[in-house]
Amino acid sequence: MPFGRIGPSLVRILVIVPAFNESMNIERVVREIRDAAVTLHDATLDIVVINDASTDSTKEAAERTGALVIDLPFNLGIGGAVQTGFKRAVEHGYDIAIQVDGDGQHNPEFIGPLIAPILAGDGDLVIGSRFLDTSSGFQSTFMRRIGIRIFQMLNSLIIRQRITDNTSGFRAYRREVIEFLAEQYPSDYPEPEAVIVLGLRRFRMVEIPVVMRERQGGRSSIGSAASMYYMTKVLLAIIVNIFKNTGDR
Amino acid sequence: MNETVEIWRIQAVAVAVSLAAMIFIFELIRRKKLREKYSLIWFLAGTVMIILSVWREGLDRLAHALGVGYAPALLFLVALFFGMILLIHFSVVISDLSEKNKTLAQEVALLKAELKNLQKN
Repeated sequence: MPFGRIGPSLVRILVIVPAFNESMNIERVVREIRDAAVTLHDATLDIVVINDASTDSTKEAAERTGALVIDLPFNLGIGGAVQTGFKRAVEHGYDIAIQVDGDGQHNPEFIGPLIAPILAGDGDLVIGSRFLDTSSGFQSTFMRRIGIRIFQMLNSLIIRQRITDNTSGFRAYRREVIEFLAEQYPSDYPEPEAVIVLGLRRFRMVEIPVVMRERQGGRSSIGSAASMYYMTKVLLAIIVNIFKNTGDR
Repeated sequence: MNETVEIWRIQAVAVAVSLAAMIFIFELIRRKKLREKYSLIWFLAGTVMIILSVWREGLDRLAHALGVGYAPALLFLVALFFGMILLIHFSVVISDLSEKNKTLAQEVALLKAELKNLQKN
């Protein structure tokens, strides 16, 4: 069911930018999203920055851009922040939500290709993958790549679809997926788990190749010590999900 | 050295401690520091401990059935069991609370954004 071409109504897109201590990056991220929005046809695009209780001047920097800033009263983690964006998208009836991380790793130039499969009616979730075209760009650290391999194998096994970049947060979501995730979304390290949860519920997932950049400033949310917790938590969540009664969504 | 173990002493101590704990729990409820909902398991633990402490024959039989050579050791096992149950119960309550807490934080943040928007117009 392709939309955007039926009648004069425009496709409404909400770009969700989760940000925790990203005062050095957030203004440029918002500016780049606006630049990318100009190239979109038959669509209107709004930006919401979810400030996850930053301790620096992220809030002020985000407000300077004129984008809507939603200010969480205390830190919820990336999942809780993005979910806030999903809830906003549901309440205001957006057709598509796009997650662009506030650290500048995701290049907004790929927003067009990211929403194309949804507009064409081919996918419910579109993931920007670093590993479909491995010739260029930032490929993450060695340890992280091992973890990423494990997720690839697990997912192929469980949902019978090979998702190459399970940890990528650069994603576009169709309305039905937004409504589903607004109700249940993991608080920390949500990306690989969401792939399993959505796959088990027969949402259609598509990957497109993107080039990611190395962080421009600030620090990654995942240190080396946290990596072990990350893997264990996600693996447990994935196993639990296999045994959950998914019903028909 | 007196070799006879006077088991009634540990029985008395167990009963006294259990009773004191239950009175303390009751007092917490009365002062509204503890909800009835979360006190039930404490009363259950206290009652079972008192029964097993007073009723020597029952404790002996249960110990024999479970293959515990020294019957009073079973009291520790039962107490430990209830301790574990309570800890799991708390984990469940905390998980539930943190989920609700997250939802509340999100709702507050969304409402604040809506309010700011209303004030602008």
